[in-house]
Amino acid sequence: MTAMAAQPEGADRTWNRIICDVLKRHEVRLATYVPDNVLTPLIRDINDDNWFTSFSATREEEAVGIVSGSVMAGMRGIVLMQTSGFATLANVLASLPMVFQIPVVLMVSERGTLGEFNLGQAAVARTMRPVLDSLGMEHHTLSRLDEVEFIVDRTLRQAYATRAPACLILSPLLTGGKVLK
Amino acid sequence: MTTASQERPIGPGNAQVMNRFEITKRLVAKLPGEEAVIGGIGNTNFDLWCAGQRPQNFYMLGSMGLAVPIALGVALAQPQRHVVALEGDGSLLMQLGCLATIAMLKPKNLTIVVMDNQSYQITGTQPTATAFGADLVTIARGCGLTQCEWAADEDMFDALIERSLSGDGPCFIAARIDTKPGVGHTDRDPPRITDRFMQGLGTKQ
Repeated sequence: MTAMAAQPEGADRTWNRIICDVLKRHEVRLATYVPDNVLTPLIRDINDDNWFTSFSATREEEAVGIVSGSVMAGMRGIVLMQTSGFATLANVLASLPMVFQIPVVLMVSERGTLGEFNLGQAAVARTMRPVLDSLGMEHHTLSRLDEVEFIVDRTLRQAYATRAPACLILSPLLTGGKVLK
Repeated sequence: MTTASQERPIGPGNAQVMNRFEITKRLVAKLPGEEAVIGGIGNTNFDLWCAGQRPQNFYMLGSMGLAVPIALGVALAQPQRHVVALEGDGSLLMQLGCLATIAMLKPKNLTIVVMDNQSYQITGTQPTATAFGADLVTIARGCGLTQCEWAADEDMFDALIERSLSGDGPCFIAARIDTKPGVGHTDRDPPRITDRFMQGLGTKQ
């Protein structure tokens, strides 16, 4: 990573550490996840930090329901998942956080591209952005370390200000992704 | 606490078949204050709506199966407030994993009420798996929930609700109900439902 003059302090920090800090700054206290290899360092940071209430849900849908409830009750939350998990969500996103205007934030570890080895992952990954676009759901892809803080900060800010759900996608360009060894 | 007798444990086969609207009214009447109630899709929230609208009620419209997860989220965010989830058998069967999540987290302020008419009433009364022997209380217990009971009749339903509100949950209460449809319809205005609910929970002015 080339040190950026604008963010000298961020250059030596990991994407997961930056995300964790921005979540805290925005008072996000609940983190639910269906785990994924690439998300492991972020899940570890969150689980190790008493600030967060964090636990695994059995399905991504369930996690969206839990965070929808907690957000309405005053506890901001995030749902962590993998691309394949996102693909199970179109109905609940449309009929719960979108129409009820509940700012549920999703963070998706992107599989299926830039070196994918699993045909199923590659096939389902292509549905993700078209689904987000057709839902009218704000989404951004994190691909550079020096942009992580800005994009996560502004996405959360907008979600809470406009009461709109949002999705952040973690590109293999940022995380390294998962490849066959 | 009422417990099932050894000779004849109360189960879906011998519990009295009650009526959704009647027991929903009983539930609402038992709430002493500002408890939150999350009504599941269709008839479940229609009857909750018709039982008397409260700002602490949330009427879920499209995301079948998510009433219990939503209730869990509210319970985690506001541990001082008791939260009740109302679900139908078809909806709960769709999202059984949430029972395991709740058993893992053990929120003391959560009551799950499932009303089992052994059918997808609203779509034409097609039978659900509970009509063929799936026992939701046994399933809940298998997920790790320890306070799980069938209500033998309306009096026991009242007693189970009352006990569950004491803050020593999570509690799972199952009631056999008939296949009558809901007595009315919820006003389907999601942003208004959210606003009222958040005002009821004190999270919005």
